[in-house]
Amino acid sequence: MAPIETNTESRTIAVLVDNEPGVLARVIGLFSGRGYNIESLTVTEVDVAHGLSRITVVTSGTAQILEQIKAQLGRLVPVHRVRDLSIEGSSVERELALIKVAGAGDKRVEALRIADIFRARVVDSSHDHFVFEMTGKSDKLDVFVDLMQPLGLIDVSRTGVVAISRGPKAL
Amino acid sequence: MATEQFTGAEIVIKALKDQGVDTVFGYPGGAVLPIYDAIFKQNDIKHILVRQEGGAVHAAEGYARSTGKVGVVLVTSGPGATNAVTGLTDALLDSIPLICLTGQVPTHLIGNDAFQEADTTGITRPCTKHNYLVRDIENLSRTMHEAFYVAQNGRPGPVVIDLPKDVQQGKSETYLAPEEVKHRSYRPKVNGEQEHIKEAVELIANAKRPLFYVGGGVINSGDHASEVLTELVRLTGAPCTTTLMGLGAYPGTDKQFVGMLGMHGTYEANLAMYNCDVMINIGARFDDRITGVISKFSPGSKKIHIDIDASSINKNVMVDLPIVGDAGRVVEEMLRLWKEEKRSIESRALKVWWNEIKEWRSKDCLGYSQEDSIIKPQHAIKRLYELTKDRKPYVTTEVGQHQMWAAQYFHFDEPKKWMTSGGLGTMGYGLPAAVGAQIAHHDDLVIDVSGEASFMMNMQELGTIAQYNLPVKIFIVNNQWMGMVRQWQQLLHGNRHSESYSDALPDFVKLAESFGLVGMRCEKAEDLDRMLQEMIDCPHPVLFDCRVAKEENCYPMIPSGAGHNEMLLGPEDVAEKPISEEGMVLV
Ligand SMILES: Cc1ncc(C[n+]2csc(CCOP(=O)(O)OP(=O)(O)O)c2C)c(N)n1
Ligand SMILES: [Mg+2]
Repeated sequence: MAPIETNTESRTIAVLVDNEPGVLARVIGLFSGRGYNIESLTVTEVDVAHGLSRITVVTSGTAQILEQIKAQLGRLVPVHRVRDLSIEGSSVERELALIKVAGAGDKRVEALRIADIFRARVVDSSHDHFVFEMTGKSDKLDVFVDLMQPLGLIDVSRTGVVAISRGPKAL
Repeated sequence: MATEQFTGAEIVIKALKDQGVDTVFGYPGGAVLPIYDAIFKQNDIKHILVRQEGGAVHAAEGYARSTGKVGVVLVTSGPGATNAVTGLTDALLDSIPLICLTGQVPTHLIGNDAFQEADTTGITRPCTKHNYLVRDIENLSRTMHEAFYVAQNGRPGPVVIDLPKDVQQGKSETYLAPEEVKHRSYRPKVNGEQEHIKEAVELIANAKRPLFYVGGGVINSGDHASEVLTELVRLTGAPCTTTLMGLGAYPGTDKQFVGMLGMHGTYEANLAMYNCDVMINIGARFDDRITGVISKFSPGSKKIHIDIDASSINKNVMVDLPIVGDAGRVVEEMLRLWKEEKRSIESRALKVWWNEIKEWRSKDCLGYSQEDSIIKPQHAIKRLYELTKDRKPYVTTEVGQHQMWAAQYFHFDEPKKWMTSGGLGTMGYGLPAAVGAQIAHHDDLVIDVSGEASFMMNMQELGTIAQYNLPVKIFIVNNQWMGMVRQWQQLLHGNRHSESYSDALPDFVKLAESFGLVGMRCEKAEDLDRMLQEMIDCPHPVLFDCRVAKEENCYPMIPSGAGHNEMLLGPEDVAEKPISEEGMVLV
């Protein structure tokens, strides 16, 4: 018998599903019912003609649990495909965040300066606030949010991770 | 295209007929009246009126398990649907194919807390294989056929179809026949990888201490699976054990059968599991009742695992050679290769292995002594088996000690004869399941081996038995205790019998008579055979109150937190081997 793994790792899994009522509840219920982690989950329809949605879920666990998660997802009836983007070749991962910073004076100038360095765009502003839009890897977003904290950060909205494999092949 | 118009209710009935359904178990209510009306107007599908919706689901399970067909349930919205939840969960855990049609409030009222509204698809999502809410009559026939496909294919399970009343009453010209419906996404893998099947054959041929470990998946796969499995096991000469769910998948009276394994399995089966060098798991899922504590589970074996459900593999126990596929197909291919390649297991090694097993067998772990006039429960069940075995009865059980004794002392040479709630352990399962089995096999002997406490959980179904004059034999092993609970209290809680006494029991004979059934009571060992025979010969339903020794416990036993090599063979062992801390928290 193989030794029991205890190291946990994080994975990004793409799931192609029928866009039917309840499908998201099935996926989320699977994770909560079996005690798996959801670090991030996004879903939207990606193929209107065929009524398919794509769920990107970032999860973590031991190698055994991660295999279970994929097998459990795979046996849900409306699931067409399950791919582990973290281990099946390399992939691109992105997240989008909208970040609201309120304040005046030096802090405001400093916020704008850092936003510039991070290539965050200003999508809304007034004399006493900015809304920045930023796209990138999640950890880059984390750093930016941290830096905005002392500069008047009041609101953050993030999409969660979306991911796609590199190279010419589809899911 | 036909221009004929159907109501939704008619489409439901038509789809059931096209799926070959002959029987529906159900209970009416406001939200399913259109379907009941459609049932009234036809004669092909028989409706069996139960006394509570929970009974309908278990009856459909008994029907499904004894026939290999899909069981069908029809209940109303709200309380009808919620009463069905236990049965659905039971069917999910034991992989029983069911279709459960639930009424729903009309679509425009959904979400308004209407009278008898419940979020049925929400409630049943985690306890079904799949479920549907049909909002548009145009999708109704497709959904019905898809549901049957999903319930039966891959690992079987229960499927709920929630039917709003306006959909049942609406009209449509759309009716798709079963063959016109193809599922968009669900394609379970049925053929195992050829490479892996070859490897499995190689592993078995080179084994010195092989063991076949067979589960309910073989029964679900169909009778053919049992046939090819039996042939393969016999050709290899290896020992074979089954799970509680797998009883009957391999002939129970065969000399290569070492009995059931697991918590109350035989000493020889469990020690064979502990000591084997190649384990061939076919359609079993390494359930915790089977494995005992994982760290001590079959430590030295190479493990082959054949399962149609990829998520069963490496879930509890890491295996060396997984094969995802249908048990019957994979075993058939193994058998073909075994014969073609003229394989065999080295006979000297096998002989040594069998000698060890015979040594364990000689412990006679199921031995008991029936001395005086007080009936030992083991004896009651063993005699029931001996006196009925020629009639190849269908046997259902409730949950508790009597269930384990039935598993130990009955032997099944064929699949689909044994029906017990394995995964969920649902008290109250056996009586309605016996109703379902008897409906499907009207002329066969059907026995519910029951406990007095479990019996009370669904005893309203005596009404169903009476109404349809089903000659079910309900054999209550009456120890006046929730015996299994008391046994655990003795083991784990210092013998404090908190609330486990069956107080204020009815007079079962009078109870039977009040429903127009035959009631019998047996209190003395010397009367047992005669009264059993009388029960068996009786053409009517019988409720048999068998008064047995109250304090008897079920052995052998792997206590919580222990391994297969640490079985308790009887009460003497209990004092010597106290339950570990780790075991105390397990169920
Ligand atoms: C619905 C349900 N509730 C509670 C239990 C827990 N339980 C398991 S066995 C048992 C006692 C069963 O007593 P009885 O039917 O008399 O059988 P015995 O063990 O005495 O043979 C109980 C309460 C259960 N399995 N199912
Ligand atoms: Mg009892």
